[in-house]
Amino acid sequence: MTTHATEAAEGKVYDVAGQDWDQLVDTVLESDEERLVINMGPQHPSTHGVLRLVLTLDGETVTEARTVIGYLHTGIEKNIEFRTWTQGVTFVTRMDYLSPIFNETAYCLAVEKLLGITERIPARAEAIRVMMMELTRISSHMVAIGTFGMELGATTPFLFGVREREMVLDVMEYITGLRMNMAYVRPGGVSVDLPAGALDKVGELLKVMPQRLKDMRKLLDANPVYLRRTKDVAYLDLTGCMALGITGPILRAAGLPWDLRKSQPYCGYETYDFDVPIEQSCDVYGRYLVRVAEMEESLKIIEQCLERLAGPLKAGPVMIEDKKIGWPAQLALGPDGLGNSPNHIAHIMSSSMEALIHHFKLVTEGFRVPAGQVYSAVESPRGELGAHVVSDGGTRPYRVHFRDPSFTHLQAVPAMCEGGMIADVISAVASIDPVMGGVDR
Amino acid sequence: MSDNLPEVPQEPVARTGMFGVSGTGDTSGYGGLVVRRAPQLSTPRPYGGYFDELVDALPEGTVERVVVDRGELTLHIARERLVETMKKLRDDAALRFELSLGVSGVHYPEESGAELRAVYHLASITHNRRVRVEVSAPDTDRHIPSTVSVYPTHDWHERETYDFFGIIFDGHPALTRIEMPDDWEGHPQRKDYPLGGIPVEYRGAEIPAPDQRRSYA
Repeated sequence: MTTHATEAAEGKVYDVAGQDWDQLVDTVLESDEERLVINMGPQHPSTHGVLRLVLTLDGETVTEARTVIGYLHTGIEKNIEFRTWTQGVTFVTRMDYLSPIFNETAYCLAVEKLLGITERIPARAEAIRVMMMELTRISSHMVAIGTFGMELGATTPFLFGVREREMVLDVMEYITGLRMNMAYVRPGGVSVDLPAGALDKVGELLKVMPQRLKDMRKLLDANPVYLRRTKDVAYLDLTGCMALGITGPILRAAGLPWDLRKSQPYCGYETYDFDVPIEQSCDVYGRYLVRVAEMEESLKIIEQCLERLAGPLKAGPVMIEDKKIGWPAQLALGPDGLGNSPNHIAHIMSSSMEALIHHFKLVTEGFRVPAGQVYSAVESPRGELGAHVVSDGGTRPYRVHFRDPSFTHLQAVPAMCEGGMIADVISAVASIDPVMGGVDR
Repeated sequence: MSDNLPEVPQEPVARTGMFGVSGTGDTSGYGGLVVRRAPQLSTPRPYGGYFDELVDALPEGTVERVVVDRGELTLHIARERLVETMKKLRDDAALRFELSLGVSGVHYPEESGAELRAVYHLASITHNRRVRVEVSAPDTDRHIPSTVSVYPTHDWHERETYDFFGIIFDGHPALTRIEMPDDWEGHPQRKDYPLGGIPVEYRGAEIPAPDQRRSYA
């Protein structure tokens, strides 16, 4: 037993490290102190990574909840300033690691806006981006719902969620070469075209996934335990959402159909047919329902992407046809999972010195981006993911700031938890679905 | 690219050469290259779209400078008038910017008197519009009034901007570090923050810090 009670300035401190719960309870019973301050995290299975909560309890009621972040700060925004614009993608993809494609797209849309080439992105590249984003949305929501189930004590949703996510990640790996952090979306398009058979793989996923979603719904939609843990828990209405800057499923569960894909479309979302699911309940259950319904809508969008990528957009460039910006090589995914282009290598190594110089300049130095600042936002699985990108006219970003929805949403923890039971804190945090990589960056 | 720069620089601060070499030693052939600093823009009316309507709805003299660039509107506002302007932007029926997407800081060490910037992105759900509000503070007096009272979501965002840039948001309920450890010294996103090189095992050689390395731009 590792218990050691030390007299600190605040009172007695206990490390509840296991098997000493009885001792703690005895002490609390004997004590005439009503208030108990509990530190939860940063290492705790149900705090989604390294989130730390400091909870003040009166009995089982939370009277004060404080959120502490910063344990996963990696200085991505600073690092980007010393890399080229293209290399920046490799950094931003690691921010919110459950939705890498969204980070990449938000960043690339901003860079493209700065370059003034938004209108010149090939349609095939945009369709691929949309397909990849919606696949990522499914995988991200699956983790959200799965971990949520586990945190409430239900392991099956977790296993289902991770299994379904794995299917999506397999497709991702097949298309980009990597499961996560793929740096697939690049300024000007995407890094490689879809490999042969990619559409079939996505098609298979589309066949299986509706049933899997139904299974998930069967597990949770009307599960009495689940309902009691989620209904009317962590209530946050529209006013609260607006004041705290909350977007995404939490806002839509408060009844406002605000979805950037509809209201301020990008990547051609206005040409796809889908609905924005909303709920009126403002609670954890509503957020769950919104997420499941969103996955069903994502499947619809992916289906339309497949139709386009197999039909009118069957062939064509996936990178902007501008030699000053587009990556010089037309990469194809090799069996080793790395992109390569034998024709391009033959060209620059044996037939054209100018092409070699061009390749060298563009890859090592990078392209210049006219000075200015832009803000571009995408609807990530968690809400509005915005990129504020500033250029000083050079080959490196001057400043890149990500407005990550997880960061903003964690501010709502006190509003959702204070006055509630300690068990509901878990539900509340899980319904926010924070990803600490995105929070701390 | 040059036709993308909308106007002649108001203040063409130049540097010459490409690799920072002065005197002899520049064999690159770029010794005569002149690099101009990004111009400080000020867009004349009409701004186009809903931008004119938006600027008209604000009281006279609120906005110091209006920049319309790449289809986005930036309002430069004096820090003394920030809070009232934010309130107006949020509450006025013609404006209604209910949603703030937070605060982002930028450090421009060359722009003396306005080195530190706090940039606010606001969205109006009622009108489906966006606007950017930019406020500056000199490095010698790093104070900007807090807007947490108008947009509570700015709580963490202002803490983050303080943490990374050292901008002090007056009136913030608890302006403490949020990402860096509490006892950290310095504000890492500032351009003058020392980065440190990496010593290597070769006769006391050191890989220079990223901002000290030879660069192309």
